[in-house]
Amino acid sequence: MSTATFDHARAHSAARIDWTPYLIGAGIGVLSWIVFVVVNNPIGITTALSQVSGAVATPVLGADAVAANKYWAKNAFKLDYGTLFLVGTLFGGFLSALMAGTLRAESVPTVWAERFGPSVAKRYAVAFLGGIIAMFGARLANGCTSGNGITGGLQLALSGWVFLAVMFPVGIATAFLLFRPRSA
Amino acid sequence: MFPVTGTAALVLAVVFGAAFGFLLHRGRVADYNTIVRQFLFQDFTVLKIMLTAIIVGGVGVFALVQAGHAQFHIKPADLLAITLGAALFGVGMVLYGYCPGTALAAIGGGSLHALVGALGMLLGGILYALSFDWVSANILPVGAMGKVQLTQVFGLGAPAIFIALIAIALGFFAILEMTARRRA
Repeated sequence: MSTATFDHARAHSAARIDWTPYLIGAGIGVLSWIVFVVVNNPIGITTALSQVSGAVATPVLGADAVAANKYWAKNAFKLDYGTLFLVGTLFGGFLSALMAGTLRAESVPTVWAERFGPSVAKRYAVAFLGGIIAMFGARLANGCTSGNGITGGLQLALSGWVFLAVMFPVGIATAFLLFRPRSA
Repeated sequence: MFPVTGTAALVLAVVFGAAFGFLLHRGRVADYNTIVRQFLFQDFTVLKIMLTAIIVGGVGVFALVQAGHAQFHIKPADLLAITLGAALFGVGMVLYGYCPGTALAAIGGGSLHALVGALGMLLGGILYALSFDWVSANILPVGAMGKVQLTQVFGLGAPAIFIALIAIALGFFAILEMTARRRA
């Protein structure tokens, strides 16, 4: 942010975050080659995120209960490749925003505000609920858009393609229902 | 030499994660608006990135596996779990406006509602861990096909499947770009 008075719309249009999606996709593809060969650990997010959830649950449920849980026993929290990849992903977003000059606090995005108004509480409540459902779904499916969609998809894994074939239509139906025109 | 392990791999986790987060942010998918508008058919950035990543990544990874430089990491096709999980994920992703990977990059870019939703994801991870015994007894075994690839499902070679995918993607991209140009 270089100017004292900050104009969101102008900052957005001035932002250099306009790389063509094909270049981005190819970049993620090439990154996949690299991680398969160099660390033998493909791109994925939610397995590591469930490790973090175990760490968050520990003060509430107690260390014994978390240790006794079969799922967390398989995915125990530690600073390993997966959890540090999460740190990197967050940092990469920060770096890109910083370099593009788009780093700013966003509480209510435009498309949401146009349909549901400027209420921060309303947006936070739905984001929180959406986060719960998305993560539970990703764990049940054993992967999210990254682990199942991209990493599974590129390996021609049946699991990945079933995930994509179900996730997109359900998401489309949800979006059209959520953003249907308001009845008068 | 490869795969890299130990401390070096932990450093690389941050580096590769940062590259992933940077690409997601530069590709405008660490943006609620881009993701929701994909599901509303108003913006096809998400599909362009995912399809390109799958094709570029897949052709390279299959070649690397063939040459003995990499190995597959196929997730088991537990069909009931993936179908239910992907359906939940589709609903959650639209409510949240992010998937787990893009959410982290968005938090780095300053999205506060992505951060709130990430807390929801941690709660979702806890709820999944707590229901894991029931899920693994009743859901995971239903339609468990094992670590299957589309090559086995269709009885086709990987090159044939990738050629078909490339043809579909090129046709789809051509239509998208032509309609975008006509509208502009």
